[in-house]
Amino acid sequence: MQAASDSRWRVIYDLRARAIFYQVACAAAVVLVATFLFKNASDNLAKQNIATGFAYLWREAGFVISQSPIDYQPADSYARALLVGILNTIRVSALAVVLATIIGTLVGIGRLSSNPLLARLMMLYIEVLRNVPLLLFLFLWYAIIVTTLPPVREAITVLPHVYLSNGGFVIPSVAWTPSLTGVAIAGVLGIALAVLTVRAMRARRIATGIERRSWPLATAAALAPVAIAVLILRPTLDMDWPTPGRFRISGGAQLMPEFVALLVGLTLSASANVAEIVRSGITSIKKGQWEAAASLGLRRPLTLRLVILPQALRVIIPPMTSTYLNIFKNSSLAIAIGYPDLVMVSNTTMNQTGQAIEPIALFMLVYLSLSLAISVFMNWYNARVALRG
Amino acid sequence: MQLVKEELTPRLRRPVEFSSWRKQLQPYVGTPGNAAITVICIALIAITVQKVIGWLFLDAVFTGTPTACKESDGACWPFFASKLRFMLFGFYPYDEHWRPTASLLLFFAACGISMNPAFWGRKLMVLWGCVLAVCLWLMLGGVFGLSFVPTSQWGGLPLSFMLSFVGLAGAFPLGIALALARASKLPVIRVVAIAFIELVRGVPLISILFMASVMLPLFMPGGMTIDKLLRAQIAIILFAAAYVAEIVRGGLQAIPRGQYEASAAMGLHYWQMMRLIVLPQAIKIMIPPLVTLFIGFFQDTTLVVIVGLLDFLDTVRSAMREPQWQGIAVLEGYLFAAVVYLFFSTIMGAYSRYLERYFRMGHD
Repeated sequence: MQAASDSRWRVIYDLRARAIFYQVACAAAVVLVATFLFKNASDNLAKQNIATGFAYLWREAGFVISQSPIDYQPADSYARALLVGILNTIRVSALAVVLATIIGTLVGIGRLSSNPLLARLMMLYIEVLRNVPLLLFLFLWYAIIVTTLPPVREAITVLPHVYLSNGGFVIPSVAWTPSLTGVAIAGVLGIALAVLTVRAMRARRIATGIERRSWPLATAAALAPVAIAVLILRPTLDMDWPTPGRFRISGGAQLMPEFVALLVGLTLSASANVAEIVRSGITSIKKGQWEAAASLGLRRPLTLRLVILPQALRVIIPPMTSTYLNIFKNSSLAIAIGYPDLVMVSNTTMNQTGQAIEPIALFMLVYLSLSLAISVFMNWYNARVALRG
Repeated sequence: MQLVKEELTPRLRRPVEFSSWRKQLQPYVGTPGNAAITVICIALIAITVQKVIGWLFLDAVFTGTPTACKESDGACWPFFASKLRFMLFGFYPYDEHWRPTASLLLFFAACGISMNPAFWGRKLMVLWGCVLAVCLWLMLGGVFGLSFVPTSQWGGLPLSFMLSFVGLAGAFPLGIALALARASKLPVIRVVAIAFIELVRGVPLISILFMASVMLPLFMPGGMTIDKLLRAQIAIILFAAAYVAEIVRGGLQAIPRGQYEASAAMGLHYWQMMRLIVLPQAIKIMIPPLVTLFIGFFQDTTLVVIVGLLDFLDTVRSAMREPQWQGIAVLEGYLFAAVVYLFFSTIMGAYSRYLERYFRMGHD
């Protein structure tokens, strides 16, 4: 009797048995909740006569998308509309990432200026942008564009052939031809060649100790393919100059007010974060590093490139990754001002098909995978600049 | 002896010692570059101040009708006079506005008390429980002599504070649980926690709100409906939990291994170790980033506009879009909302910096 109860208690006090029990309980809870939700959902959908599955993707979308980087007609499928939404999201967030990095770096450096006036102004800029909701700024920029700019007929000419009006911005564009694509490919090739040249010359310098200037050869390697491509393909630049008509401005590239407002809002609010990150990155480098580099005889630009930046980047990259991810996720606020991004296209799809679960699941999947892609890339870059050894 | 210098070296001037006001001016005009920057900045500030004063006071309309505002270029003060209460409280019954006001004041008073780290403890938790219960009673009514106000009529500033504060307060225990699960040695529990945290952090808040407003009703057993406000609140709690979990994880990682080992050596089991040794120390590290997170959520609650709730930003927008004010008070409305958000966020930001200094000084 005594022995039996002992062995029973031993199982309860056995850590491994407990571990298995907790894990089985956790897995069972997850499965139970999932089946409960799934059963409810399928009951409800059947009761309300809502179709399920992704068959709707191939049906005709039938709604207009005001701006699209690829060719899109209302007669195209929902799948293509979704693709337009994804491309619009990527377009606005990629542009915002680039602009926010440039502006934010400048503001961050200005924040560290020896001139207190400039430093305080930059602090004000950062504080205002960080402490007011992005959505409010989006509404504000959109309202400013739509209410304060003149109608299309009286568009302001900022530069020759650049028009501002409440219908959006119009800038000259280049008509894209296949030969231009050839030149662009040659350009990419040239950059790759230049990188390889610099690497090869660095390897030789390390092996032989003989210092040679690498930039003339690298520049030649970068430009040669482009020059050859231009000579062979002879591309012509067909500029598409916008010309104001009576009711609208025809030609050129039209930037819708929604796009401009979203881009400005995302860029400015992210630039405040970038500025803070850059500032903390630079201030994290101790003064001794500058002094040590100077005593080794490095000049200021070289010090910056070889000593300061590699260390500052280590501090800067991880928070920068989350800022970039935030830009990408915040671009979903587009729906509030009517820029046809992924969420807005999904929302329209939801309203038209009556199916809610599939479009939401799809756009969450897209966000998840793109977020994952961005963080994998940034982690790879971070590993490159991180301390080795 | 040619190497010997024969003439006296001229005496060098001693370093210039500026008088105090010149020393003060040094950073502004010391170098040509700084002087140029100063001139540009002063010019910018002067132009801005002139424009702002002109818009706020000189060209402004102080009393009058919307039509008077329409003809003027300046700010439209009558807009605030007639719309202020709507912007603050939304469609809450006009005669009952003292109730949201009282709740807000009560909430601010409780916040003010909690700001002093000397008061942190069990009693404060009890106080918060009471304050939130009284606030709920004041807002909802229905018992003890207050008339019932359905949540569909709530709006404005109380709603913004409620969504963000209750969101974070509710997310806190969930976030701790998730962080502990993520740090657990048991693979299944860890995987479930990681999946939840990364899934939520990988998607925008809008998608979670969409799920709550469109998908959640489908997932409920037949006929059961959940209040729209409650749905958004649940979405915000779940969303915040993933972010709180990451902050808690940072706090747990900052506790030295020796603390875990010492508590194991004392014979404490897992929950005793967490409750008595690890969490009390970790929470102190977590509070400044939690305040920062709260600032973020206070701003992010504006997104509930998209699922049709009237938070503060949206009551301001509704006020601006009313027929008689349509297109007149656009700038006024947005700037007012911006100033309100700026005011509260700046206070909280300053408090977060104060806390960081406080903990660095080593008070325990």
